[in-house]
Amino acid sequence: MRDFSYLRATSADDAQKAALQAGAVLLAGGTTLLDLAKCGVTEPETVVDITHLSSLDGIAVDEGGATIGALARMSEVADHREIKAAFPAVSESLSLAASAQLRNMATMGGNLLQRTRCSYFREPGVFAACNKRNPGSGCSAIGGVTRNHAILGTSDACIATYPGDLAVALVAFDATVEIGSRRVPVDDFFLLPGNTPDRETVLEKGDIITAISIPASAAARNSTYLKVRDRQSYEFAAASAAVGLEFEADGRTVRDIRVALGGVATKPWRARAVEQALVGKALDAETVEKASSLAMEGAVSQGGNHYKIELAPRVITRAIEQLGLKVGGLA
Amino acid sequence: MTRTIHLSLDINGRRHELDVEPRVTLLDALREHLALTGTKKGCDQGQCGACTCHVDGKRVLSCLTLAAQVEGREITTIEGITGENGDLHPVQAAFIEHDAFQCGYCTPGQIMSAVACIREGHAGSDEEIREYMSGNLCRCGAYNSIVAAVREAAQATVKEKMEVA
Ligand SMILES: Cc1cc2nc3c(=O)[nH]c(=O)nc-3n(C[C@H](O)[C@H](O)[C@H](O)COP(=O)(O)OP(=O)(O)OC[C@H]3O[C@@H](n4cnc5c(N)ncnc54)[C@H](O)[C@@H]3O)c2cc1C
Ligand code: SF4
Ligand code: FES
Ligand code: FES
Repeated sequence: MRDFSYLRATSADDAQKAALQAGAVLLAGGTTLLDLAKCGVTEPETVVDITHLSSLDGIAVDEGGATIGALARMSEVADHREIKAAFPAVSESLSLAASAQLRNMATMGGNLLQRTRCSYFREPGVFAACNKRNPGSGCSAIGGVTRNHAILGTSDACIATYPGDLAVALVAFDATVEIGSRRVPVDDFFLLPGNTPDRETVLEKGDIITAISIPASAAARNSTYLKVRDRQSYEFAAASAAVGLEFEADGRTVRDIRVALGGVATKPWRARAVEQALVGKALDAETVEKASSLAMEGAVSQGGNHYKIELAPRVITRAIEQLGLKVGGLA
Repeated sequence: MTRTIHLSLDINGRRHELDVEPRVTLLDALREHLALTGTKKGCDQGQCGACTCHVDGKRVLSCLTLAAQVEGREITTIEGITGENGDLHPVQAAFIEHDAFQCGYCTPGQIMSAVACIREGHAGSDEEIREYMSGNLCRCGAYNSIVAAVREAAQATVKEKMEVA
């Protein structure tokens, strides 16, 4: 890891000013920043420690929804009683991520900003070609080992998967990212790789995420996060789904349904086609299965990740069935 | 030119002064600068849990923590959990009782993680122990004994609490 200078921000203004300097990066939990610095992917000149700013770590929940400070730790949010009640999928997406140690360190803002990345990206010394690290240099993954790469939202420039869990739950329930007074829906916050995979979000140099807000809804209250992976725990998703479900008064017709996918796309992936196919329908196994398969429209296999095209719809189906069974709507 | 910064770290109830490069992790500060080698370096990338310590009572990975970041926090390492008269911590005793290791390399991290796991209330069943201890890998595969040790230490803690109450 190349050396850098260390600056501890004592106020939000302080942090803002420091973050604008050339070569400066913010340090929150540090779990991905230090990891990538050790790999030689990131070479910051100044590390601006924002963990001593206590104004950004609150969690507030009321009937309207939740506002979670950017510095709230994953473990605090996962175990928060009101978050668990109003947004079970959000709590589960956090408690199924990384490990207990990492969740005590990592913050909500840092979690969103973990890079959309692949193992070639992490090895600059071995694989020089990576459009994300070095725009225009090519992509080492295309034609290589692609088991963990994306099937949705890819481009000729980059096929890396957005690996985070939290953002998948957030995009399902229309959360917004607060950047000072600016508010950006999570769906718009993340960018598709296109020809500029080095640019992953709308953040500009010096921008600081201050909070994440999630509006309350019946679907969010009755929601789940299902994560399927190569080992049972402490692993990124092979495919995951955040699903929320609200029935009409008859208890079987879908009034509102939210579906988002993780582990398969270049950004947290809202599966609106699946939602549209199910609103107004009574759920039965066949209807759910058919609707889930719509999420794979436009999916592109790279070979090694072909299995995801079959896996992802099954994960959606299982998540909907689990929720439907729980509230008794599934015929 | 190498820049160094001066840090005061509170470790196991003692204040330590040191001058290090800003990039030095808590793990390297402990091992290379303060001769506290109980905390182990496995992967140095957040993937194995061997370097687990407590910061303000919470388990964290010292390999992904800058030493500079934890100035002013209370740090506890495996060297700091034994009783004042040198008695083993109940989790340490349970690990010995259950033979919860082979080579022992992962053990300090396992024990620091287990102490926190029990304190957090995440050791209620074998399934829960497995999930909440998943951040600590054991290449020797002593998992069954580790779960047994954590279960016993957790039960002993609950019993103790009930007796106090
Ligand atoms: C072994 C391992 C396993 C993991 N498994 C999972 C998993 O299963 N699921 C999952 O979702 N994640 C997983 N992760 C990723 C982990 O969740 C992230 O590393 C973590 O959430 C990042 O948060 P942080 O606070 O540590 O970020 P940092 O490393 O501190 O920061 C990350 C980036 O965000 C920037 N930043 C941080 N805060 C702000 C802010 N407020 N405003 C603007 N910029 C900011 C930093 O400058 C940096 O560029 C894993 C990580 C490891 C090491
Ligand atoms: S998939 Fe993206 S991140 Fe991976 S090597 Fe190709 S360009 Fe780089
Ligand atoms: S050495 Fe820190 S997690 Fe492996
Ligand atoms: S006892 Fe050898 S690695 Fe766990």
